[in-house]
Amino acid sequence: MGPRGRGVCAPRRGRDVRSLSSLLLLCGLALLAACARDTRPLVVVGSKKFTESVVLGELLTQLAQESGASAVHRAELGGSRILFDALQAGQVDLYPEYTGTLREELLAGEGVRTPAELAAALARRGLRMSAPLGFNNTYAIGVRRETAERLGLRTLTDLARHPELRLGFSNEFMARADGWPALRRRYGLSHADVRGLDHDLAYRGLESGGLDATDLYSTDAEVRRYDLVVLEDDLKHFPDYQAVVLFRADLAARAPAVVAALSRLDGRISEREMVEMNARARLEHEPPGRVAADFLASELGFRAEVREEGWGARVLRATREHLALVGVSLGAAIVVAIPLGVLAARRRRVGQVVLAAVGLVQTVPSLALLVFMIPLLGIGTWPAVVALFLYALLPIVRATHAGLTGLPADVREAAEALGLPPGARLRLVELPMASGAILSGIKTSAVITVGTATLGALIGAGGYGQPILTGIRLADVGLILEGAVPAAVLALAAQGVFELAERWLVPRGLRLGGAER
Amino acid sequence: MLELAGVSKHYGAVEALSGVDLVVPAGQTVALIGPSGCGKSTLLRVLSGLVMPDSGRVRLDGQEVTPASAPALRRRLGFVVQGGGLFPHLTARGNVALMPRYLGWTPERVAARLEALVQLTRFPPDGLERYPVQLSGGQRQRVALMRALMLEPDVLLLDEPLGALDPMTRAELQEDLREVFQRLGKTVVLVTHDLAEAAFFSTRLVLLREGRVVQVGSLNELVEKPVDDFVTRFVRAHRTVPVALAMGGA
Repeated sequence: MGPRGRGVCAPRRGRDVRSLSSLLLLCGLALLAACARDTRPLVVVGSKKFTESVVLGELLTQLAQESGASAVHRAELGGSRILFDALQAGQVDLYPEYTGTLREELLAGEGVRTPAELAAALARRGLRMSAPLGFNNTYAIGVRRETAERLGLRTLTDLARHPELRLGFSNEFMARADGWPALRRRYGLSHADVRGLDHDLAYRGLESGGLDATDLYSTDAEVRRYDLVVLEDDLKHFPDYQAVVLFRADLAARAPAVVAALSRLDGRISEREMVEMNARARLEHEPPGRVAADFLASELGFRAEVREEGWGARVLRATREHLALVGVSLGAAIVVAIPLGVLAARRRRVGQVVLAAVGLVQTVPSLALLVFMIPLLGIGTWPAVVALFLYALLPIVRATHAGLTGLPADVREAAEALGLPPGARLRLVELPMASGAILSGIKTSAVITVGTATLGALIGAGGYGQPILTGIRLADVGLILEGAVPAAVLALAAQGVFELAERWLVPRGLRLGGAER
Repeated sequence: MLELAGVSKHYGAVEALSGVDLVVPAGQTVALIGPSGCGKSTLLRVLSGLVMPDSGRVRLDGQEVTPASAPALRRRLGFVVQGGGLFPHLTARGNVALMPRYLGWTPERVAARLEALVQLTRFPPDGLERYPVQLSGGQRQRVALMRALMLEPDVLLLDEPLGALDPMTRAELQEDLREVFQRLGKTVVLVTHDLAEAAFFSTRLVLLREGRVVQVGSLNELVEKPVDDFVTRFVRAHRTVPVALAMGGA
């Protein structure tokens, strides 16, 4: 370079700043895209992460659409508590629930006994409940059809007359207060051969003839799969788990036609029909939308339009959702964590507080953190983004802090001795020297975020977690891989991208032959 | 002119400097010597305003060094920190030109100044585009020296500038450094633990022990008229190589 050669360091610094700002711009665009994608639905249907709930959710969605609403189904949103909270927060307008779950779990401790008390407790929360849909999904005892017909078993009282039968119950049922011990007392069951075992093993035992009866839920798909007879609980021992539709009271004003249409389902779904639908969805892997549509066509006589997404479209959508989740949360984390790391390195006292705080966030289990977000931000993309953002902070804050505090003392002293003010020292010397450490922190965060983002599906954020969740629900390995493989590829890609960024952002002098001293 | 009056500095229970008085007239080269931990590096930091004394005063050309005045005064001081303190992410040129560029010098002015310094310090010009890891120990020290001289400071402070070099490079650099000091005629304060090196650069040695100035004078005065037993022991500790014997044995 000639004597008039232009500065080496100034343009390089400019390029660093530009590349960082273009990264931020990219994140911002991803954010906007995520916003624009959320078109305003009129009615949001929710469902829990098990097959029956998803099928009922589809059913309600199609019914709402039929009633002239623009309905969206937020499927597989974790458990009862998530949905109940989301309903109260107005993130969901209606979802299928069970009276037993309301009494024993969601409103436990409020002493709800009668249907009137239940309605009053819901009304206090701005919620209403439909009439029962017709089936009762409770604990039940199932026996093989062959055994039932041979011995003329129809009720649990009939079972008490045959103490020679071999019973195998799930370990949970053996232990529950309202399980085997109470059932035995209630019906005076005197069976000698009773064992606790894994539920899947119990079904296999029934199939092979090694067992005669087991506990199950009365609408389990297995009832049909193993051709079982569900014995009637004639003494009403098990609590009622009547399926109902919970909805927001304000829905009646916003979409009266939808609320009116709910009454068309009153008592229309029998246990046999629900078992049939569960079996089709769970065992035959038919799309829940089609199962629901067939039911509506045969029972209510209308043809609902079922949109089915192809494999490619599904993966593409999951990729888009996942990238938005990771991009926005990681981008925001980078913007916040680097200044926090600088602060932590500059001020020791504040630094300890900052490091402890971001460390504390990391100790909250990711699922719990997602659930904490629901009362604050509801369900969907945003609470997941915030949770992922909080998780992504620690590695970057810590790497920035370590990178800056680990700089050689003579270099820091030299920068000060030159007469550079603190801001310029940070910009021209300390941050460029710590850039390798900071980038490796970002890389760690990126990989963690790609993985953790799969949990976002539990609160309706979509992404690769959705096929994984559905795959687990259906015990469908192919579907699990449809989410797991792209997630792994994305994690590797993220790592690769940041390794390339390292070549671009970390000054050459630091990459030559390692540390100088 | 540099003046220290009654300067003391504690680090916890350790007294790094206690009641140091020292005057360095403009254009003079002074060598601070003494055993490890005697306070010579702290004295240099106090002079540069990097460390503020607990008590006492430091003046540069009559202006007192305070936390407020230090940043501006520092640009009139060239400081070569122990180990060189080169920025590994910048080339030799980037290191030397960092400060003038920050201050907004034109590229032409930076280049002209660099040209002069490369000649002065006898630095190979093609080394300017290299990063510190690509330079030899002696070259790195020359870059550190150029960086300290870039803004044409009135005072040059050097903390063990030849500490980590092999004997041949060290001897060569000693010669060059002394020539630079003589040519520039700047006020120079240099820290070394080596008595011979101190005497090579300066006729005014300041011997420190446990934060206090023990004796100020030329090497001869330290040898001939030691003020106490410590000075005698310090001088004796620097044995010279018995050259005749070594050559005879070879």
